[in-house]
Amino acid sequence: MKIVLINYGAGNIQSILFALERLQVKAVLSDDPEEIRSADLVIFPGVGEASSAMAKLKATGLDTLVSSLKQPVLGICLGMQLMCNYTEEGNTEGLGIFDTSVLRFPGSVKVPQIGWNTITELKSPLFQGIKDGSHVYTVHSYYAPLCDNTIAVSEYAGPYSAALQQDNFYGVQFHPEKSSAVGSLILSNFLKMGS
Amino acid sequence: MLTKRIIPCLDILNGRTVKGINFVGLRDAGDPVELGRYYAEEGADELVFLDISATEQKRKTLATLVRHIAAEVDIPFTVGGGISSVEDVDVLLKNGADKVSVNSSAVRRPELISELVGKFGSQCIVVAIDAKKGEDGWKVHLVGGKVATDIDFFAWAEEVADRGAGEILFTSMDHDGTKAGFANETLSELSERVNIPIIASGGAGTMPHFRDAFHQGKADAALAASVFHFKEMQIRDLKKYLREEGIPMRI
Repeated sequence: MKIVLINYGAGNIQSILFALERLQVKAVLSDDPEEIRSADLVIFPGVGEASSAMAKLKATGLDTLVSSLKQPVLGICLGMQLMCNYTEEGNTEGLGIFDTSVLRFPGSVKVPQIGWNTITELKSPLFQGIKDGSHVYTVHSYYAPLCDNTIAVSEYAGPYSAALQQDNFYGVQFHPEKSSAVGSLILSNFLKMGS
Repeated sequence: MLTKRIIPCLDILNGRTVKGINFVGLRDAGDPVELGRYYAEEGADELVFLDISATEQKRKTLATLVRHIAAEVDIPFTVGGGISSVEDVDVLLKNGADKVSVNSSAVRRPELISELVGKFGSQCIVVAIDAKKGEDGWKVHLVGGKVATDIDFFAWAEEVADRGAGEILFTSMDHDGTKAGFANETLSELSERVNIPIIASGGAGTMPHFRDAFHQGKADAALAASVFHFKEMQIRDLKKYLREEGIPMRI
């Protein structure tokens, strides 16, 4: 099984590589379209600021590539947000895979949200074996509201999408690679989709 | 629901943990990787590694250590101690640190915060502030609290937040080491003044101290060292207690 982690110079990817290694899986880090297209599974990471991350994707043509992928793709954190239609962060057009905009948390709560939040209303093979109300680690200032693509819900200044799915595309707002046993199970559920 | 966080802090000297940590059942309690894994299994929500060494080799040793921790520990961790440039942070994040904390270097050159936030994002930049109450209010202290300044603590905290830091780690030097409770009144005022998460540090002695830091101090996270290292309380028991006291906890 070949797993490719898309490398577009956005943020901290070492933690994802280590989390996969703890599951006895080695991922390839790549920005080569052929290599990404030929993978069984693709992980689309992202940490940092949306408009500069999107600019990097566009500069390398990876934006259209990601949208055209047919194998299971997992966007993490900013990766998930960039897969939406639009994000308020830097007034950025997204890939339009998930049919929602990404908004900034209101000032009535502390921003960024940092810490362990619960995920509920889980409805995807991604969450097989995960108990409703399990805790995952999350760090973000922008969120995707609930929409038709929502497959997990968290609450912070109201309910929002902790995870999204459209066909072969999955996105999680939280960091499975940093979410202890729960996160590791979610990652291994994703790995099962590639075999 | 977002839970409150319990964070053990480990001091690192030349790649080893210090402060006479003595744990039964650990092969090597001086090994930050093993100790980090132990705390993660105990239910710690995050870890902070504070490098107190001051050698030429420091940067390289710390990067190697961070890489080992990231490979083995599956919860987030912050690295601090003598970080003063974009390059320092870059190497730590690339090796797998989730967050870095800056302290004195940010006071000396506040633009550093903006530079780090611009390059790496708010989410991974923690600003640590050591402060002490004087005759005319709380003042920022530098170099692990050794050097006094006349900088107002709240004004500095506001600037830190305005410059985009993701979190503030506030240590009250009046409370640190006393085991008499956290600086709850000051913490609570800090939460009113800035709208980013606050980590409370200094003064942990008993379980009710943590409860008060969350209830009265409105802290988002509480950090402690010796009460955990000397097994005065187990993180697992502490979190159970706090949940019973009505504080949201991940158990």
